[in-house]
Amino acid sequence: MSAKEDILSRCRRNAGPEVKRPSLEGLDPLTFADPLEKFKSTSVEMSCRVIDVPEGKNLNDAVKEAFQDAKTICTNIPGIDCATSNPDTVASVTELNHTDVGVVPGMLGVAENGCIWVPQTMKEKAVCFISENLAIVLPRQNVVSNMHEAYRRIEFNDYGYGAFISGPSKTADIAQVLVTGAQAARTLTVFLI
Amino acid sequence: MSTSHSNAADKFLKNRKYADWHDDTFWSVRQKRDRMAASLPEWERLRQAAAEIKDHTLSHLGDYLEQFADAAEKNGVKVHWAADADEFNSIVYDILSSHGVQKMVKSKSMLTEECRMNPYLESKGIEIVETDLGERIIQLKGQAPSHIVMPAIHLSHDDVGELFEKELCTEKGNHDPTYLTYQARLSLRDEFLTADAGMTGANFGIAETGDIVVCTNEGNADMSTSCPRLHIAAMGIEKVIPDYDALAVFHRLLARSATGQPTTVFTSHFRKARPGGEMHIVLVDNGRSEWLADSDHRKTLRCMRCGSCMNTCPVYRNSGGYSYSYFIPGPLGVNLGMLRDPKAYSGNISACTLCLSCQSTCPVKIDLGDQIYKWRQKLDSFGTANKEKKLICKGMEVIFDHPAIYNAATGELHLVNHVPDAILNCGLNPWAAGHKMMKFPKKPFHKLIKEVADPDDIKKS
Repeated sequence: MSAKEDILSRCRRNAGPEVKRPSLEGLDPLTFADPLEKFKSTSVEMSCRVIDVPEGKNLNDAVKEAFQDAKTICTNIPGIDCATSNPDTVASVTELNHTDVGVVPGMLGVAENGCIWVPQTMKEKAVCFISENLAIVLPRQNVVSNMHEAYRRIEFNDYGYGAFISGPSKTADIAQVLVTGAQAARTLTVFLI
Repeated sequence: MSTSHSNAADKFLKNRKYADWHDDTFWSVRQKRDRMAASLPEWERLRQAAAEIKDHTLSHLGDYLEQFADAAEKNGVKVHWAADADEFNSIVYDILSSHGVQKMVKSKSMLTEECRMNPYLESKGIEIVETDLGERIIQLKGQAPSHIVMPAIHLSHDDVGELFEKELCTEKGNHDPTYLTYQARLSLRDEFLTADAGMTGANFGIAETGDIVVCTNEGNADMSTSCPRLHIAAMGIEKVIPDYDALAVFHRLLARSATGQPTTVFTSHFRKARPGGEMHIVLVDNGRSEWLADSDHRKTLRCMRCGSCMNTCPVYRNSGGYSYSYFIPGPLGVNLGMLRDPKAYSGNISACTLCLSCQSTCPVKIDLGDQIYKWRQKLDSFGTANKEKKLICKGMEVIFDHPAIYNAATGELHLVNHVPDAILNCGLNPWAAGHKMMKFPKKPFHKLIKEVADPDDIKKS
């Protein structure tokens, strides 16, 4: 017998009495009257900078304004002309190291924990992590209250990767002192459009 | 009557200042967890749902695993099955050697600790670089984790500073955690960009979609899989769950229970290999499918490794991870060690006051303390029961079976008070270990209570 058949048959033999799957109907999860406002305040608690981009304002200007000292900006979002590289066309991930700002599209925000669903929409997803600073562009109408709602709405594309991101990379592994900027982006900015 | 755990705990407690810091640190994590729990009115309903979903999944584990593997294979992922640790290690080695891998970066995986994968691969000449900061620190130090979520919690910032001076050539005397974290970041950047493969563990495997879900705060799992072309995910078979509806329940519980955060910074879903790359999942049994058959202990398989049972455990907080002989400490580790090899790990079974704080915080409601009680009843059958305690129990059996002896003995116990201190507290008396011998009252409790009041009055008041 192969290891697979062996393991599966042991799992089935030892499965024990059948346990029905519980219904989540009575769970009654917390929701918010104004998910967007809650999302903003949670994001700030998670050490994010939240920037409202008013209707009619150009995203390119908003990015330039928010990152005035940035020398290298990597994005494939059309219309961000200040970009200096594109994650679809770089020859290797190494080129993305030391990128000052990566700007990527987010699909869905979650009010309860500040998570933003960022599906891979670029050839090199490294831009989401290797950049010193990450900016996520999120349509303000795409905010839900909690993870139950979020997991019913997220979608994958053919890249087959996506992540919920909430705040900058952080660690407390040295003596429990909280430090932002562990292995991925050191700051997170959310542009609400 | 000491056990391997209590002897090791004695050493831990010699450094009182550090022991107090350790206790306070974990208690504050427990308090953060409590604040998170209180912020969700549905918290207890979530725990109940999580426990039931896990039990449901375990009762159909074969079906869900098959569904998971089929979905992953449809996504172009190569799925491997390992019956035990040796098979897991050799599967990983075969994948790495067939790709000519010399260096692999990896994010934290307790499964690879369980299988002792790193030493095996290193013996074959493959360099392994841990990329979770805590794991990297203990790897450079040549140590094992002392906690499953905070693996380097036993080291101070001075310890880490001195280590980095030696290993990463950091500034002498600069032991500021922010500086040290930044230096580790720079060093790990080089490792990510020059590694030939990346490995992750798996917090969850989703049967419906074939996703591997990994939760980190540092983003190291994503860095490990965004730079090299080859991704290997190591997953214990009990980590499979049905679908996203189930995942939402576990996701909401995991970080809140583990560190008191509303979420980890990154919740990464790996469904396919990156463009031009390859993704492998190795499903590992290593005893789990046999533990399923053990009705007293199968609930242990619900565990999602949040570590909340350790954070709250008064014994763990006051004895530290290295006091336990199994590589996972705390209430969870006591139980997993006993499932793994009761003869080898019985020395941990004393590390429990049966306060049951662990099971009242466990997000999937594992009866950890009840299970430890059950293991204790079986110690004699493993041949690991303490001989002195057995003798004492025999003696107590005689006393409790004979009321006359009992009354005579308890009536005269106060005479022990007249035995000189030098004898009572000489170290041979196990009741005086760690504190002075108690003073016995002149009259035993059952006589006192009759004098004080009618028991019915006490009940009424």
